[in-house]
Amino acid sequence: MVLLIDYGMGNIGSIRRALEECGADVCVSNSPDDLKNAERIVLPGVGSFADGIKNLKKYCWIERIRQEVLENRIPILGICLGMQLLATHGQENGNNEGLDLIQGDVVRMVSTDANERIPHIGWNNVFRKHEHPLFENIQDGTDFYFVHSYHFIPERNADILAVTPYCGSFVSAIYRNNILGVQFHPEKSIPMGFQLLKNFLYKI
Amino acid sequence: MLKVRVIPTLLWKNSTLIKGIGFDSWRRIGSVMQAVKVYNMRQVDELVFLDITATREGRKPDFDLVDDFADDCFVPLTVGGGITTLDDVHKLLLAGADKISLNTASIYNPYLIEEIANKFGSQCIVVSIDFKRSSDGKFEVFTHSGTKSAGKDPVAHAVEIANRGAGEILLTSINYDGTMQGYDIEMTKKVASAVQIPVIASGGAGSYKHMLDVILEGSASAVAAASIFHFTEQTPLESKIYLKKHGINTRLSQ
Repeated sequence: MVLLIDYGMGNIGSIRRALEECGADVCVSNSPDDLKNAERIVLPGVGSFADGIKNLKKYCWIERIRQEVLENRIPILGICLGMQLLATHGQENGNNEGLDLIQGDVVRMVSTDANERIPHIGWNNVFRKHEHPLFENIQDGTDFYFVHSYHFIPERNADILAVTPYCGSFVSAIYRNNILGVQFHPEKSIPMGFQLLKNFLYKI
Repeated sequence: MLKVRVIPTLLWKNSTLIKGIGFDSWRRIGSVMQAVKVYNMRQVDELVFLDITATREGRKPDFDLVDDFADDCFVPLTVGGGITTLDDVHKLLLAGADKISLNTASIYNPYLIEEIANKFGSQCIVVSIDFKRSSDGKFEVFTHSGTKSAGKDPVAHAVEIANRGAGEILLTSINYDGTMQGYDIEMTKKVASAVQIPVIASGGAGSYKHMLDVILEGSASAVAAASIFHFTEQTPLESKIYLKKHGINTRLSQ
């Protein structure tokens, strides 16, 4: 069973439907108790870092997620804000602590030339730094859909899975062991986004 | 590299999809579900769905309807029409919208933009600015689906909503809408130069060349279009192939 965490932030509907299209048995849950039956965890999210972490706290998700992921090694995929919340800190709407599953900071994007508008909205290339099952059968440089103003800067280069050319270059996918995050929206990036979700479901 | 987007616009009125000329003379064009399914297959970069009578009729967005068709929509979806509160936004995002679009509310309750930006982030707010060019050459913003003048200049309004936290502007020329004579390049350029956020040009596309012109000369980050896709043989995919041939980066099949 794939646990899709509903903490009041975001496009749960489209992610649920996309996971189901990929063959997953999805449980949309607002109760951390459901974590004990989870074989995979998806942390979605559209919104600000401050509100995201506040809601995770409010519904007592933080310690329980950390326990499942760090001790029981359950694979987790953070999507968009969900990826950013894996970080140590976030600077959107004040400085807030994140889940600290992959050490790093989430900061606002800064354009490097006048043609780069922020938010970064639209389809852009994802170039991997390493081969990884999450990107199996996906051509390097494939376009995925992005919509965000902040980005994740990991402390360790080894945690960088993929980068995207915008504002210089930013980290568009991260990984460490069973912990994965993507800044783009696989659920809105047919057809290769679905391939990525399938890889998370069946290859990780 | 970030790609220029081609975005079909779906307009909703009296339980059907429609398309007009100059925000008037509406023609029925069929069911929303069918359109979503067709566009899923045709590599559109995004879809915009606007309920154009919700505000005029004092209605809320039709959350169930959005829930229904969003289920089949695997491309990014922006939904607008009738949004007046933070709760409306929350419900639309839950129903499957990825971004929401404000028009009338951005004039009458601009503070809502700040509230949405704080809660859901700037990236999910599109402000749709409908403007008319009057006979004396002056530009003015209109609300309520082009029926009420807001007494504001489009550029000044664009700057204000960007400062309040809007993430993107859908800029529609009421004069050119549905005419298929080309976009208002001049105003698109003015707005795009005045703000740092992306501007989607809308209103007037009748050929791929029109799209190319507003991207090159108007600095549009994306082009929205309706009549060209509903009433001619031209398609979003072909428009992207055309744009790519002319040096614009677009997303093609991989």
